[in-house]
Amino acid sequence: MSRKILVLGEVRDGSLRNVSFEAMGAAKLAAGSGEVVGVLIGDAVQSLGNELIHYGADRVVTVEDKQLKHYTSDSFSQALLAVIDQENPAGIILGHTALGKDLAPRIASKLSSGLISDATAVEEAGGHLVFTRPIYSGKAFEKKVITDGLIFATVRPNNIAALEKDESRTGEISSLSVEIKDVRTIIKDVVRKATEGVDLSEAKVIVAGGRGVKGKEGFEPLKELAKVLGGAVGASRGACDADYCDYSLQIGQTGKVVTPDLYIACGISGAIQHLAGMSNSKVIVAINKDPEASIFQVADYGIVGDLFEVVPLLIEEFAAVKQ
Amino acid sequence: MNTYVLLKRTFDTEETIQLSNGKINEEGAEFIINPYDEYAVEEAIQVRDVQGGEVTVVSVGNEEAEKQLRTALAMGADQAVLINSEEDIENGDQYTTAKIIAEYLKDKAADLIIAGNVAIDSGSGQVGPRVAEMLGIPAITTITNLEIDGSRVTVVRDIEGDSETIEASLPLLVTAQQGLNEPRYPSLPGIMKAKKKPLEELELDDIDLDEDDIEPKTKTIEVFLPPKKEAGKVLTGEMNEQVSELVQLLRSEAKVI
Repeated sequence: MSRKILVLGEVRDGSLRNVSFEAMGAAKLAAGSGEVVGVLIGDAVQSLGNELIHYGADRVVTVEDKQLKHYTSDSFSQALLAVIDQENPAGIILGHTALGKDLAPRIASKLSSGLISDATAVEEAGGHLVFTRPIYSGKAFEKKVITDGLIFATVRPNNIAALEKDESRTGEISSLSVEIKDVRTIIKDVVRKATEGVDLSEAKVIVAGGRGVKGKEGFEPLKELAKVLGGAVGASRGACDADYCDYSLQIGQTGKVVTPDLYIACGISGAIQHLAGMSNSKVIVAINKDPEASIFQVADYGIVGDLFEVVPLLIEEFAAVKQ
Repeated sequence: MNTYVLLKRTFDTEETIQLSNGKINEEGAEFIINPYDEYAVEEAIQVRDVQGGEVTVVSVGNEEAEKQLRTALAMGADQAVLINSEEDIENGDQYTTAKIIAEYLKDKAADLIIAGNVAIDSGSGQVGPRVAEMLGIPAITTITNLEIDGSRVTVVRDIEGDSETIEASLPLLVTAQQGLNEPRYPSLPGIMKAKKKPLEELELDDIDLDEDDIEPKTKTIEVFLPPKKEAGKVLTGEMNEQVSELVQLLRSEAKVI
């Protein structure tokens, strides 16, 4: 098979997001012997072109404009559609992030194309590209193919392997000038609430708290543990409903679905609604006072005990190991 | 203010999923309004209570969805429309649903359309933005606040935990994120009133669509359940020994640290 595939490199705080390299991994497989073209959209993104090439792009097309400093559906649609028009690709792959979730359906609708959202695996079978994706928040999975339009998919962070970075790779970086106009939504303000840097959906380690955390202050040791492990903090619906933390931290069938390498559940009983959001994590550790808690049914390792005793010990132990 | 809500009937979040003949077994399962669509219904009611006008709740599906539409009416929506697609399409996808909704809405002069940001069953989050694109109106996804002043709209959008304040004008489509509001429970008088509120049932013919127009663009070739997770090792001993053992296991056995 030989297909030309576009990959949108998503930029956050001036750096490319890891999920874009994973999208590149999926695109390489989709392209076969065809070309993979990286796309960068922003106000100053030219300098990131080489990194996309190091991760597998054959060449890169950039669209730069001061109106592209912050993402809006209208401005990014115009930029990406212009690249699609120039390149006429067989497919497009990007991350299933806030940006990808907003942009991809817009573009798919505009091009009257199918779109497979939130893919966790991709394989070539019988001349078709087959995408696996979770349904019912990971309680089941489906395999899907595109039957009309572009091979168009968004990929879930942390699931598809990125290619090894190869700094000897070189490729052309060209720029496309696009007139951005008639943007119908205007960004007035952006407030950073997300915890220091590590995004929940992309985190390799998540430390999550439930009702057992007992209050806002109860999250402090969890935050410290997450910090030691370079991870993010999450929560169950119980903890969010009790107002111990912000809803943006909620993991579950309502809330975020996450698949980190390591998930440490602290004082979480393991309601079905929560398990749907995290049970596909690679390794699960449960800490709960109640030995009958259903979280132990899905945990690889369990400690029956008070999280306020266990977590500080864990912080000490991990900190010692890290040194 | 002419407000429309897009609503989907979904499995209850507490249901486990079972397969029969390679398909999701719906027998005996409890169904609910998709939780994100519940925020949409609540928001639409609050908008109407301030701005006036009517709230119309629209669902594409089979006649079973009538129950969820009645619930939305009991919460306070004014009327409901069920577009029954069951006889015409077996394996529709997000394109199919969006096309049906857009076709229905195109001559309705909707000022505001509110949908959930994602359905907890198929989980793609495509229908809202696709409908907006088909109607040629702007869309803002995953909103946690909505304020309307004349035709000017200010929303707060959740972007992976950060929040963005955005200005736009009507007509507009927004998709609801958790935190937008606290959906009310239907009151008893609400439930009584809902029985008398108009619930229109339409077929594809009624909106001038035939099967070819809504041919899906993707196809599901297999549905499967994830491997059942085995309960693992529960550690024993003194707490500090358990903790040391856990860290060792995570390093040497699980190799995640």
